[in-house]
Amino acid sequence: MSSQKKRDQLILHTALTAGRIMIENGSEIERVEDTMTRIAHNAGAQTSQLFVMITGILMAINGEVGAQIEPVKRRTFDLEKIAVVNDLSRQYADHKIDLQQFSNRLDHLDSVSRYFPFWLQLLAAALVSGPLEVVFRHNLPDFWITCVVGMLGWLVYYLLSKFIQIRFLSEFAAAAAIGVLAVLGVHLGLGNSVDDIIIGSVMPLVPGVPITNSVRDILAGNLVSGPARGVEALVSAAAIGFGIAMVLQFM
Amino acid sequence: MTVVQFLVEVTGTYVATLAFGILINIPRRALNVGGWIGVLGYLLYRFTVLGGGGYVVGNLLGAVAIGVASLQAAKFKKMPMILFNIPAIVPLVPGGQAYQMVKNFALGQNSTAFSYLLQVVMISGAIAFGFLLSELVNRVQQRVWRRHR
Repeated sequence: MSSQKKRDQLILHTALTAGRIMIENGSEIERVEDTMTRIAHNAGAQTSQLFVMITGILMAINGEVGAQIEPVKRRTFDLEKIAVVNDLSRQYADHKIDLQQFSNRLDHLDSVSRYFPFWLQLLAAALVSGPLEVVFRHNLPDFWITCVVGMLGWLVYYLLSKFIQIRFLSEFAAAAAIGVLAVLGVHLGLGNSVDDIIIGSVMPLVPGVPITNSVRDILAGNLVSGPARGVEALVSAAAIGFGIAMVLQFM
Repeated sequence: MTVVQFLVEVTGTYVATLAFGILINIPRRALNVGGWIGVLGYLLYRFTVLGGGGYVVGNLLGAVAIGVASLQAAKFKKMPMILFNIPAIVPLVPGGQAYQMVKNFALGQNSTAFSYLLQVVMISGAIAFGFLLSELVNRVQQRVWRRHR
């Protein structure tokens, strides 16, 4: 294989991996296109053609290799990886790392995920639920029980997500658990208002990433990916709603 | 609204925005700024509602402020903009109305449910339109910057 061909291959591999990592972890499409074009441009490709969708990327550069496809199979929310890809791309543009290092670091980034420690995530879920209940409903006495219910609901979501690959089912189960726990809490005299506890406790499950990205994608003219994300957000919201509605119907 | 109540609301918004950032794994050095942008958006919303401007206009202004402030933060910190605006819209999400809608549908009170559905749609639309307007401000600003350099 000629060295030019090898180099083209490496450019494509780097750009496609960067793009896939960004989409997998919840980036908007415009940013992905921008980053991939920059990588190809900085690596010396004169032209690059891109077709980025939420389920796959197609990229071609002028040179000795043909266009390549990179499917996007899973979708999670890990915004740190997007920031890291962004940093790496900037470093590459400033010639602080070369293309091979860039590619290696991307592969490494792809294989490890550096989340916050588990206890901190649990605490964060509690601290989304309680304060928002107070902000929305001004019901200070129910602050503690909302923190606890929100934390347990998020725990259910977290554990189920490990075993079931379908996020909507985990959300449904977590919402149902929140409903049951809220009713139980009020029944045991730990809280006053079922409504307020539930409103606060479902807040950690709100699909904030798909909602924001959907709006931004549609505005940027990505009329396939934007509505697709909108559907993702809508199904999430519906799953949470059904979980709550089911509990309210029976209790 | 007393001063204490107001302080409680601001603290709650800040803490909740920060905590939501932790749940979606935002880099540590972006967390604090994201929290303050959330407070900014919420304050604008709250004051508009208190001043009699209505929920929809309040959410619109809040979303515009979040969008504009996020771009400034993104430029300043050299990080993607979505790290700042995703947690910041969480305090604006119409959670209460959405819950009342689901509850009333589940209990069979459809007319009440529809009025809440209308509110949810209006508020979500206002937030989306707010982002659109902030994008307009951002693009104009970028144009002006480029011309003056």
